[in-house]
Amino acid sequence: MRTLWKCFALIASGLALAAHATLSVFATVPEWGALAEELGGDKVKVYTATSALQDPHRVEARPSLIARLRSADLVLATGAELEVGWLPLAVQQAGNAKVRPGTPGYFEAAAFVPLLGKPTRLDRSEGDIHPQGDPHIQTDARNIGRVAEPLATRLAQLDPPNAAYYQARLKQFSERWSAAVAKWERAAAPLKGVPVVVQHKAFTYLIAWLGMNEVAALEPKPGMEPTTAHLSEVLATLERAPAKMVLRSAYQGDRPSQWLAQRAKIAAVTLPFTVGGTDGAKDLFGLFDDTIQRLLKGIE
Amino acid sequence: MLRPSLVPGVLALGLLSVFPAFGATDAQLAEIRNEIRDLKATYESRIQALEERLRAAESAAPAAAPSSAGNSASAFNPAISAILAGTYANLSRDPASFSIPGFARGGEIGPGRRGFGLGESELALSANVDPHFAGTLIVSVTPEDTIAVEEAYGQYLTAPLGLAPKFGRFLSGIGYLNEQHSHVWDFVDAPLAYQAFLGGQYRTDGVQVKWVAPIDQFVELGAEAGNGDAFPGAQRSRNGAGASAFYAHAGGDIGESQSWRAGASYLNTGSQVDGVNARSRVGIADFVWKYAPNHNALANSLKLQGEYISGRIRDQSRQDGWYLQGVYQFMPEWRVGARVERLDPRGVDDVSYAPRKSSVMVDYNPSEFSRIRLQLARSQVQPDLADNQVFVQYILSLGAHGAHRY
Repeated sequence: MRTLWKCFALIASGLALAAHATLSVFATVPEWGALAEELGGDKVKVYTATSALQDPHRVEARPSLIARLRSADLVLATGAELEVGWLPLAVQQAGNAKVRPGTPGYFEAAAFVPLLGKPTRLDRSEGDIHPQGDPHIQTDARNIGRVAEPLATRLAQLDPPNAAYYQARLKQFSERWSAAVAKWERAAAPLKGVPVVVQHKAFTYLIAWLGMNEVAALEPKPGMEPTTAHLSEVLATLERAPAKMVLRSAYQGDRPSQWLAQRAKIAAVTLPFTVGGTDGAKDLFGLFDDTIQRLLKGIE
Repeated sequence: MLRPSLVPGVLALGLLSVFPAFGATDAQLAEIRNEIRDLKATYESRIQALEERLRAAESAAPAAAPSSAGNSASAFNPAISAILAGTYANLSRDPASFSIPGFARGGEIGPGRRGFGLGESELALSANVDPHFAGTLIVSVTPEDTIAVEEAYGQYLTAPLGLAPKFGRFLSGIGYLNEQHSHVWDFVDAPLAYQAFLGGQYRTDGVQVKWVAPIDQFVELGAEAGNGDAFPGAQRSRNGAGASAFYAHAGGDIGESQSWRAGASYLNTGSQVDGVNARSRVGIADFVWKYAPNHNALANSLKLQGEYISGRIRDQSRQDGWYLQGVYQFMPEWRVGARVERLDPRGVDDVSYAPRKSSVMVDYNPSEFSRIRLQLARSQVQPDLADNQVFVQYILSLGAHGAHRY
């Protein structure tokens, strides 16, 4: 009996150690999961709630997500209402007080980035709009860099013994990232001023960053499915002011952009949108390598 | 502002219109070319400087500015949302004569009124109260101009062990459909089994505790104690809890595209009806399985759900019932669904007839906030008296973004 208790205590303490050895991070979208891995290395265990093939607006509070939230030490969200449909409910149902909004265990990336596309008219007749601004901030590589520093600070705050480790990894990452951003900006020089059409208004930051010019969107209003009438309107616009390509993210259906591309005789370009969206977008660096490569191919 | 690529073109056009009649020499041409190049360079550098300034201004903007609201009291207003719903019903049998033979009668049962009818208009307020409590109030205004408290509960957020007790009036966590408000149901009306055993939907005034196991597999346990006033309970005048409920749910993902949840629940009400002690005991087994490619329900998805309810209502002998339904989203914005259901009175009141009903529906969802549904049903609740039902229903949601409940 005694040995049994000893065994039990040993297993229990082992489990407790295993649970505390790494910081359990729950990332709502792949880009923050990837960033947490870059900064946290083997000190964090990252669970990513959605994939690049999922519309981030339409996620449900599935049981698997609630279970992962229950034991998370840190929730990494985009914020700006991207996760408004499921995260508050899932956090509430998980009953994990450590990751409630307002606690150190809850981190919103959008708080550290200047938001673009703040609606001038806040009304649902404008579609599924986000009052604080466009939440798809990850399409501008510089925003990833802006989020990295506060995220490393937060990891250090939650896991003080490894603070130096996170700072060292941040320094290393930031250096690599700045160099990569400069490289991408040079490579993307030919994209400056290129007129493009987007399927969903998901690339505001990318377009602003690379100096492209968004001339139309295939969704009549954000979040509304493209209609034939609206597509015809876009086509008519393109006859007056031609665009070079039509952009869509990997999770969206390709029919509307194919329809337009064939009729307007322009390139239909699928962008990874986030880590995992295409075969090339294996990590954050690959995400932008591939994005820019695909855009450059689009204007050939 | 002129875009850089347009600048040379516009300048060239301008120059052409200024010097159309001159036969220019090579030297003059070279000079003009140089001037254009200079102008282009100046413009580009000015544009770059402006872009630089814009960028600087953007990054200097306060990153985490608190939302625009000032110091006014309304800045602390709770999240508000409203649901508007209504139906047009064409029923071949008078709904006033609705009853389920062999089953005790209680709660809100039946197919509703004929013709145009306003559904329940629902108003929901919710907010954090302080660092410890959150509160939710959901009232419904019935078409008869009465106001009913659907839910009114507080939640203690800082309880240990991941427990966040709810207290007040709330929809019980038993089964799958019970905890959902009727406007998120996939059919206009509650399944017959819910009507027969739970009076449509079971809500209670009391305390609820739920606990999610801190493991990667979803396991949730719940317990409730309530007054048991609502059907299948009955009002009574005694201290202590008049009803208790216990349930367990498990769920998870299967691969990249499937997810599921299943559960078992037990509801026990002790009640006193007309001076006679009567108890109701209800057990529910429920499951839901969803398929969406890569969990992306944007274009296509499939949802199968079923519940089996068995119970002794007011100390009658055991009876049971079930429903099984499937909803398929075949393209963005459009869904079709079918539901079959059956009750078995098991000879109570010498009734051997098993009530049954079949429904099909199609709904159109122009956005996340609106839904229009057509539902056809054939309800054979009483022997030889089929009720052919046609419903057209609208559901609109205003205000705060609703939650995507699983």
